Amino acid sequence: MTKYKTHLLVCGGTGCRASASDDIVENLKQELENKGLQDEVQVVMTGCFGFCEKGPIVKVSPDNTFYTQVKPEDVTEIIEEHIIKGRQVTRLLYKDPKKKETVADSKHMDFYKKQIRIALRNCGFIDPENLDEYIARDGYMALGKCLSEMSPKDVVDQIKESGLRGRGGGGFPTGLKWEIAAKNEADQKYVVCNADEGDPGAFMDRSILEGDPHAVLEAMAICAYSMGATKGLIYIRAEYPLAIKRLIIAIDQAREYGLLGKEILGTDFEFDIELRYGAGAFVCGEETSLIHSMEGLRGEPTIKPPYPAEKGYLGKPTNVNNVETYANIPIIINKGANWFNKIGTEKAKGTKVFALAGKINNVGLIEVPMGTTLREVIFEIGGGIKDGKKFKAVQTGGPSGGCLTEKHLDTPIDFDNLIAVGSMMGSGGMIVMDEDDCMVSMAKFYLEFTVEESCGKCSPCRIGNKRLHEVLEKITGGKGEMEDIQRLRNMSNVIKDTSLCGLGQTSPNPILSTLDNFYDEYLDHINDKKCHAGQCKDLMTYFVIEENCVGCTACARVCPVGAIAGEKKQSHFIDPSICIKCGACEERCKFDAIIVK
Amino acid sequence: MAKIKTLADLKKMREDLQSKVDLREKADSPESYVQIKVGMATSGIASGAKDVMDFMIEALEKRNVEAVVTQTGDMGYCFAEPTIEVKKPGEDPIVFGYVNIQKADEIIEKYIKLGELVEGIIPVNYQVIDDK
Repeated sequence: MTKYKTHLLVCGGTGCRASASDDIVENLKQELENKGLQDEVQVVMTGCFGFCEKGPIVKVSPDNTFYTQVKPEDVTEIIEEHIIKGRQVTRLLYKDPKKKETVADSKHMDFYKKQIRIALRNCGFIDPENLDEYIARDGYMALGKCLSEMSPKDVVDQIKESGLRGRGGGGFPTGLKWEIAAKNEADQKYVVCNADEGDPGAFMDRSILEGDPHAVLEAMAICAYSMGATKGLIYIRAEYPLAIKRLIIAIDQAREYGLLGKEILGTDFEFDIELRYGAGAFVCGEETSLIHSMEGLRGEPTIKPPYPAEKGYLGKPTNVNNVETYANIPIIINKGANWFNKIGTEKAKGTKVFALAGKINNVGLIEVPMGTTLREVIFEIGGGIKDGKKFKAVQTGGPSGGCLTEKHLDTPIDFDNLIAVGSMMGSGGMIVMDEDDCMVSMAKFYLEFTVEESCGKCSPCRIGNKRLHEVLEKITGGKGEMEDIQRLRNMSNVIKDTSLCGLGQTSPNPILSTLDNFYDEYLDHINDKKCHAGQCKDLMTYFVIEENCVGCTACARVCPVGAIAGEKKQSHFIDPSICIKCGACEERCKFDAIIVK
Repeated sequence: MAKIKTLADLKKMREDLQSKVDLREKADSPESYVQIKVGMATSGIASGAKDVMDFMIEALEKRNVEAVVTQTGDMGYCFAEPTIEVKKPGEDPIVFGYVNIQKADEIIEKYIKLGELVEGIIPVNYQVIDDK
């Protein structure tokens, strides 16, 4: 076996691949060969490093240099300078925006300092398409430990004691779920992995599957052992081609090694996994809909009980967990429940992965212990708000969640705290908004999403959300009345109380939480017909400031609808009845003579 | 690939494979290992630094010394090439000059393993900005 002296880890997540990290790998290999270094330096394509803002990432081991925003053409310089001469390529190092200094390794970057990586432990570390590297990192040892030293009940007890709760949104105790599924007797039981990640902006499940697929397979096998199942299914959306590809490779390798199939590790335990593709319907993240979709039926929910643990896939007891939940299992078994339950808060143990998006400097994927405050996440790890603007709100929990403001920044993040302040954990999407974002429009955006994604089975969700959306359209369109606020509240409460599944039960949350936190903004839209963030076009008017206008006619020439009139070298005028508020004139004017109000 | 039949097989396989990724694991916490930097500038390479580095990596692994060997640029002691810097956990780094394979062997056996100083130490005559 060749002993490599240096490893070059290149991010192979979807984000970095979109920025040509494939080519970087190719060029690196080529360049190493040109220099005759292919036996000394290993190039590894790994899963996501999380720091997507600065991708593609190339990390050099063992000296731990962290190169950001690498382009395929930078490869020659990296090899010649770093690998051959041992000098870091300074221009590719990360620059701390606050201190204006370059930081050579990830350990000293604010982005990584506060993170603890449990679910993402192998992402950005191993080659996800190589089972050997997973085994080198204690892969399948947890399964081995369960099969040889633990009874199924011991496994359930460990998970219960660890305090792990479902990472898909609801936060239901995982051990309890396993226990119920284990108690229900049947000739066949199923273990299902919910990889139907649908919240706008959330991509942690995809990254885990792309970066560490075996962790999920191993966890599913452990779950199967604990409840007496022999079949596993992963329900994954077809829009995740790379995750699907790596899962298929992983399943094949695990079968080849005998880690899936019959007589696993010399015991009589058998387990195998198949993939089921979803067409990308949001409601299929709800477990009963997901099961129906896998059965070939329409992706619609049914009333619980019966819970899937009693009657799930094909009417048999089924355990459904989310990808991130599974990714925590092997390490809990290896290190013990008491290791895990020391991390986090009293009621929420372990860590949570968040996807940072929106107006934040460090867009990416992070994993922090439960109980970390929003301020730490947004301002320390996330690097604060883009372009020095002012923080306004952060939306958590996707379309089911709510928004949190300045006054919530010091709330320690866990399931219960977020619900107490009117939002929820959800799957971990965090969309950060600044002063230029209109909260009424934000609520409207999420309602648009739920209207689109409602399966239509129950009327509160199908009709109610549509009506809510119409009221928001009316308000943002400048036709709102004070009664509309009461209407929104009443309908929201009815929809929450009467909808069949989680989609409808939570869909009014963005409205209710913006009403609570940004009531004045609704009043501005309704009473003053003003949107101070400048996002609601119908509430804006473009004006020419006469004193500033020199009559250059630039605006009139750029206006696509001919709404601007005026003689040369004389002040111009915008006809509001023709103006479509595209903003082209404002952009073109060199004299600041056009403003929006 | 043959199937893994027992947990013992899996454990054995893990032991064999671990060396493939331990370089990356050590990189995450280099301060807890012996860190060795080999000066690999033109003058270092010309005097055989590359052979020394290869030897150190192999020898340390064979002798079960947990260490991270990296290359670095010119340390400025061109008269004494090849030069290497050795930093044991919690101790100040020491620079050795005129390191050939024999010397490297001596450094591992005496300084790294037993903490005895060997000849060829170059007194550090500069500060780095990190110290200030």
